[in-house]
Amino acid sequence: MKLNKLTITQAHHRLKKKEFSVKELTKDCLNEIKKQDSKINAFITVFEKQAIKQAEEIDKRIRVQGVDNLLTGIPLGIKDNILIKDTICTGGSQILKNYQASYDATVIKKLRQQGVVFLGKTNLDEFAMGSSTENSGFGPTKNPHNLEHVPGGSSGGSAAALAGQMCLGALGSDTGGSIRQPASFCGIVGIKPSYGRVSRYGLMAMASSLDQIGSLGSCVDDAAILLQAIEGKDSLDSTSKQSDYPIKIPELKSLKNFKIGLPKEYFIQGLDLEIKELIDKVIKKLQGQGVEFVEVSLPNTKHALACYYIIMPAEVSANLARYDGIKYGLSSAQGKDLLDVYLNSRSQGFGEEAQRRIMLGAYTLSAGYYDAYYLQAQKVRTLIKQDFERVWQQNIDCLLTPTTPTPAWKIGEKINDPLSMYLADVYTVSVNLAGLPGISLPAGKVNDLPVGCQLIGNHFQENKILQVAKTIEKAVFVGLTKNG
Amino acid sequence: MINKDQVKHIAKLTRLKLTEEKVNKYQKDLTKILHYVGQLQEIDTKNIPPCSGGTDLKNVFREDESGTRIWEESQKLVDQAPSKQKDLIKTKGVFIES
Repeated sequence: MKLNKLTITQAHHRLKKKEFSVKELTKDCLNEIKKQDSKINAFITVFEKQAIKQAEEIDKRIRVQGVDNLLTGIPLGIKDNILIKDTICTGGSQILKNYQASYDATVIKKLRQQGVVFLGKTNLDEFAMGSSTENSGFGPTKNPHNLEHVPGGSSGGSAAALAGQMCLGALGSDTGGSIRQPASFCGIVGIKPSYGRVSRYGLMAMASSLDQIGSLGSCVDDAAILLQAIEGKDSLDSTSKQSDYPIKIPELKSLKNFKIGLPKEYFIQGLDLEIKELIDKVIKKLQGQGVEFVEVSLPNTKHALACYYIIMPAEVSANLARYDGIKYGLSSAQGKDLLDVYLNSRSQGFGEEAQRRIMLGAYTLSAGYYDAYYLQAQKVRTLIKQDFERVWQQNIDCLLTPTTPTPAWKIGEKINDPLSMYLADVYTVSVNLAGLPGISLPAGKVNDLPVGCQLIGNHFQENKILQVAKTIEKAVFVGLTKNG
Repeated sequence: MINKDQVKHIAKLTRLKLTEEKVNKYQKDLTKILHYVGQLQEIDTKNIPPCSGGTDLKNVFREDESGTRIWEESQKLVDQAPSKQKDLIKTKGVFIES
């Protein structure tokens, strides 16, 4: 068996037993990238030489200290909007194609301490703006399950790299579903943590009140192991928080006395019938495990997407103002004055979706429209949060929903209709607006394409959704993940 | 509904240079999106406080101490600038010379 096919836990145990070296493991991943990635395009940058060098150093460290962490020697893919010191970080944008990160993101620092190997930087929609990875300035990523389909987005490169067995785990970022939706489309597990569990320091800001870094794994345990390694308060991100509930690797336990809510607004028209059938199957099996299901209502769900597509672009327009062709990144020397440098650099450097969102945000924030759009959206955001709070008061442990209304669509199908692309986020955005944790894990296949189910937890209750996810993996959808 | 002049005005504010073709495209796209997000205006939000962000933390303080960033790191930041003179970032003139 090639080593790149292992889960993190399997590789960890075998590294401990000295069955192979970190260098051998890393080489198998790099070989798989070489073999497959010209077709899939999951990576923007591959650290071929550095990864081998890093692996050799970790092998040396293991000879002294042993395999001291669960992630020691594990080769990972990192979404290319997370900074790794002295390497190119593009954010999926031509405006940063030569940008060298001058420092490590906090999550990278933490992974370094664990002794991981960084294989390379994975593709994404430009500045994480998109649901298909087609908006990348470096070409679209393809879904490893069917190369004619999208892998989802914006963390499509991370999801495809993992589903294509080119790495053992990956980091992504999730602003409105960008980890969970590609995890669903690529048949893997993806966690978007509670807002504040993971430091955003060194993550390129898209919409700061919604962005969170999270993990992608080929089974529930792997995603949990990665999240455990990167969580924690960071003085460099004042919205990060020390949780009273640190991440635990879930154990298979009885779910008796568990109460799971089914928000009725997530099961209405627009949901693919075959996906609905798969969710029904989970419900039946979990009932057999002693779980009680109750129908709950989140009445403002129907407004969540509209709310998101006001708040997010507003923050985008502010966050992307920094790319001006002066301090770093692409700079157009054409023109006569400073204004020309701004205009030319930004028009050449930003792709269409970035430009669209920058303008949309500037419009909804401008005098005369602020109250009608932005302020109203912030009030609706409060209503959406209150919907969830009412549900948690009913002693609900978590919610079960589909992750996406449909399986992965064909490349090109929605690229000319931005609004239809936005609708793909309909089940994921509320979680970001309310700052809650969410996980997507495989629920089966529709037309030979993977689809996921989503578990939503209360603030910092990741352990509960991990627990249910583990049961689903072991007792319901057996065989869909590497650990199932 | 957003008209072409408004698109041009926003493009100017956000420092984007658009061709006439792009103005037409974005006018259509933005009109459609604004029509969709406009649904929020029908919701009764009387007495509902606006959400102020993603976190419930308030007033996060830290000691006002100088950091430990070293010169090498600041040098790396300056080195990223597309146009430089010694350690200064160079730009084109704000005003056009007559």
